[in-house]
Order: sequence, then C-alpha cells, then structure tokens
Amino acid sequence: MNTQVTIAGVTLKNPVMTASGTFGSGMEYAEFMDLSRLGAVVTKGVANVPWPGNPTPRVAEVYGGMLNAIGLQNPGIDVFLERDIPFLKQYDTKIIVNVCGKTTEDYVEVVERLAEEPAVAMLEINVSCPNVKEGAIAFGQKADALFGITKEVKRHAKQPVIMKLSPNVTDIVEMARAAEAAGADALSLINTITGMKIDIHKRAFALANKTGGMSGPAIKPVAVRMVYQAAKAVKIPIIGMGGIANADDAIEFLLAGATAVSVGAMNFVNPCTCVEVAEGIERYMEQYHVESVTDLIGAVRE
Amino acid sequence: MKQKHTAIVLSQQEIAPAIYDMWIETPLAADARPGQFLGIYPKDKSTLLPRPISICETDAARGALRIVYRVAGAGTREFSGYREGDAISLLGNLGNGFPLEQGCGKRAFLMGGGIGVPPILELAKRLEARKDIIAGYRDANLFLGEDLAKYGTLHIATEDGSAGTKGNVMDAVRENGLEADIIYACGPMPMLRAIKAYAGERDIPAYLSLEEHMACGVGACLGCVVKTREIDYHSHVHNARICTDGPVFEAKEVEI
Repeated sequence: MNTQVTIAGVTLKNPVMTASGTFGSGMEYAEFMDLSRLGAVVTKGVANVPWPGNPTPRVAEVYGGMLNAIGLQNPGIDVFLERDIPFLKQYDTKIIVNVCGKTTEDYVEVVERLAEEPAVAMLEINVSCPNVKEGAIAFGQKADALFGITKEVKRHAKQPVIMKLSPNVTDIVEMARAAEAAGADALSLINTITGMKIDIHKRAFALANKTGGMSGPAIKPVAVRMVYQAAKAVKIPIIGMGGIANADDAIEFLLAGATAVSVGAMNFVNPCTCVEVAEGIERYMEQYHVESVTDLIGAVRE
Repeated sequence: MKQKHTAIVLSQQEIAPAIYDMWIETPLAADARPGQFLGIYPKDKSTLLPRPISICETDAARGALRIVYRVAGAGTREFSGYREGDAISLLGNLGNGFPLEQGCGKRAFLMGGGIGVPPILELAKRLEARKDIIAGYRDANLFLGEDLAKYGTLHIATEDGSAGTKGNVMDAVRENGLEADIIYACGPMPMLRAIKAYAGERDIPAYLSLEEHMACGVGACLGCVVKTREIDYHSHVHNARICTDGPVFEAKEVEI
C-alpha cells in the first residue's frame, strides 16, 4: 500500500496536512501527536513584520462550525526563521510556509527570505484571508490581481508555490485558471467563507471585526464542489480543505480531484484529527484494495 | 503525550437558577491547580468547540474535580442535563492558575464575581494567607457561599442589595474597611478593571483571571488574546494568549 503523493516534485509520505492558521507552527499540537505522522505541516501565515491581528472577540461558534477573525496575528519572518523552522526541522514531515502580506512587496520580502531556507519544501501564498483590510483577499478576488501576485511571487520563489484560493468569488474556475496561467505550481482551497453572527440578546456582532471566516464541517459541501470544479479546470495539483473531520471527508476530497487534503477547524475539536485522518485513509485503502492513494485522486464516477 | 480525556460524572445539581454544580471523576484531579480550567466538549456535533470552564474544587484523594458553571448557551445547556455515570470528553488541565506562593502569609483579598466565584473556592482552600473572601452576586442566590466561608472571612455583595453590601465587590471592600497586600480575582471585566485600578492606586499586586471566547484552548488558534504591556514571546506583538499564557495575569501586565 502506497500512501505517498507528489506535489510539484515534493513527495509527501501521506496526503494529510494541516490547514494554515489552525495549527500554529505545530508546537502546541506536538504535545498531542507525533508531527512526523503528517504529510506536511502548513504553518500559520507569516508576514515580513509582526502583525498584531484584530481586536477580540475573534472567534464565535456557529451551527456545525465557527467564525474567526484573528487577523493573521504573527511574529514576522525574523522570529519565524529563528524559532519555528528549527522546531519543525526536528520532525520527518514537509514544511510548507504560509505567506501573507499587505502589498506585493511584503509578499516578495517573505518569499525571498524563505528562499534561503532549504528546510522549507513549499510556499503557500495567502491571497484569501477575509479578515484583514489590506492585502490578502484583495489579491484573491479578482482574476487579474491573482494573476499579478502569482507571477511576482513565482519570479522570486525558490520553492514550489501553492496559491490558496478564496471561496468568496463568483467563479472559482476563473480564479484557478488565472493562478495556473501565472505559473502557480499548485492550488489550495478553500479558505474560509465570509460570515457573520449577531447576538440577539446584546444586539451586537459576535465578532469585533463584524465579519469572520467560517470553517468547520458545515462548509464541507461547498469546498468539495469547488475542489471538483477547480480540478476539472486545471492541470496543477490541488490541496483540498474545508470542514474535514475524518478520513471519510478526506477521501471525498481526493475523489473530487484533490491530490492532498488539509485539516483545519477540526484540530480544535480533536487535537489528534490529522493523525486519525491519515490512519483512516489507510484503512479505507485496505478495505477497497486501493494500492496507491493516487488511484483515488479524481476517481469519482461521472 | 497529552490527550483528550474521558471523565465520568459523579453528581450534578442546580445550586442556583441556571448555575450547575458537577463533580467528575478524572485522573486530572491529581495535579489540578486553582485557577486552571477544563475544555469540555459537547456531544452534539453542531456545537463543536470545547467550553472553557474553571475548576472550582479538587479532591485528589477521590480523583475528582468539581466544576460550577452557568448555562449560557447550547453547550452548557447540554452539560446541565448530564447525570451520574455519564461520560464526558475534555481537555485539561489548561492554563497557568493562580500563583499561591506570592500570597503566602500575607493579607489577601480573594474576589469572585458571578460565575467568577467558583475558581476562588479551591484558591481559598490552598492559599495560606489571612484571607478576606469577597464574593459578588446578582441577588441572594449566594452559590458556594457556605463553602467559601470555611476558608476565610466571607464578605458578600449583591447587585440588588438582597444580601450583604448593595453593589459590587469593591463596594464591599470599602463598606467593610478591608485592606490587603495582594489580590486574587475572577469575574466580569468591569469588576476586574476596578480591581486593577484599586491595586494600581495602592501599588499592590493583583492576579486577575481573564475570560475570552476561545476555540482551541491550547494556544494554537490565537483567538483568546489580551493586550499586554510588554511584547509577548509568542507573536512578538502585545498579545498574550489567555488560554496558555493565562488565564491568570498580574494586573500591571495586561491592558483591560
């Protein structure tokens, strides 16, 4: 049984990753699991300088999921390279660094710093966070802007580039094609869906930011649909995510056309979700006599 | 490795309107400290996130923890229906807890307001100090009052004046002419702000247990931050994580 998948020349021991922003740089969850069981750790977004993030409340529960408006709080690339990368290097897993920025120059600065770090296997470019006013999603909701930032990042990147797409667009296919045309090596989707919650007793927004990104099992059907559509439209590999709670969910994404999957909000519900997903995929492969996990990619019957 | 634990409900009763008192059996009782909390998971899959609930009392000999909580939403409503023998899933023990050594031998205020009263009980049990325990309530439903009175001099404040001092815990301090060298407190933000101001005027330390909406409970999601005076070591901004760096902070360190 072969659980390996390859994305842009990088081979992962299994197709299970962590979704950026739900797993820090793995330090907190390393107390619950062996990170070497994961195909890759995708870090919390890192910018060129520290970002303080948004006011609280930053999180709110909704039916079958949650809203967050953290606002990409992060320590900046200097601390990240000194502390987080050496920590992750202790484990036998691939390191994928999520990069955020307010301007093209911000993204490029981080990408260039990471170019000197051979332990970083891939970059994931966050052009889809709905919770910051500048940058991020401003690059991810218009095809020409996405094309431009992808092209610029690719020009400076030493590692393969994954563009993380927003579901908050009219046509995910147009966005997927724009990123591919600009040279993206892979796509990851979906980021959170913009939502809102109002406390009727206080007549106030549940989040200080008013809106937040929705994640959790409730968004999974939207994510599966978008992964399917994007996979049909592009040739580059797709990392599927959105509400994955167990191996069944992960396999659904693979069948829809994803080459790998990420676990996000469910890390908060069960700190061992990622490992359980990886183990569950193996059981499914045994049960259905699947020799290679790659046989499942896009294998839904039309 | 840390893991989710399964605890067994030993008993549960409603001790005031919408306030529930539950004892659970769990090995976590062995090293639980006052001011720490549990992340308790509802079983209903529409409510996913762990509920941060403070530890009210520990009984290491019996391997049991007591939580006293208010029904505030779907998750706590579910918890309130648990009966003896039910299994519950939780993370623990979370957070730092109150520093006991700082107060040793001193005159201490132990202040709890509303659903911030419960963690004061185990603190009162363990702190070796001259203890004035000041508990604030909405009305004459003085839950845990009898338990608290065993471990110090109890002063009561009620918002409606139906018991003790009419007003809040600071009003009770003034009315009773109390003095302290150190303060420990848990309660709503306006109360904690008043205590921070009071402690600042007198230049005495105040250890405040803060509350914020949380998702992970283990320091990963950065949902539950509080503004800090100094640059925090995690994100190098001015945001400490309440779940892991707290929930107890020295008042001078946080901007609330």
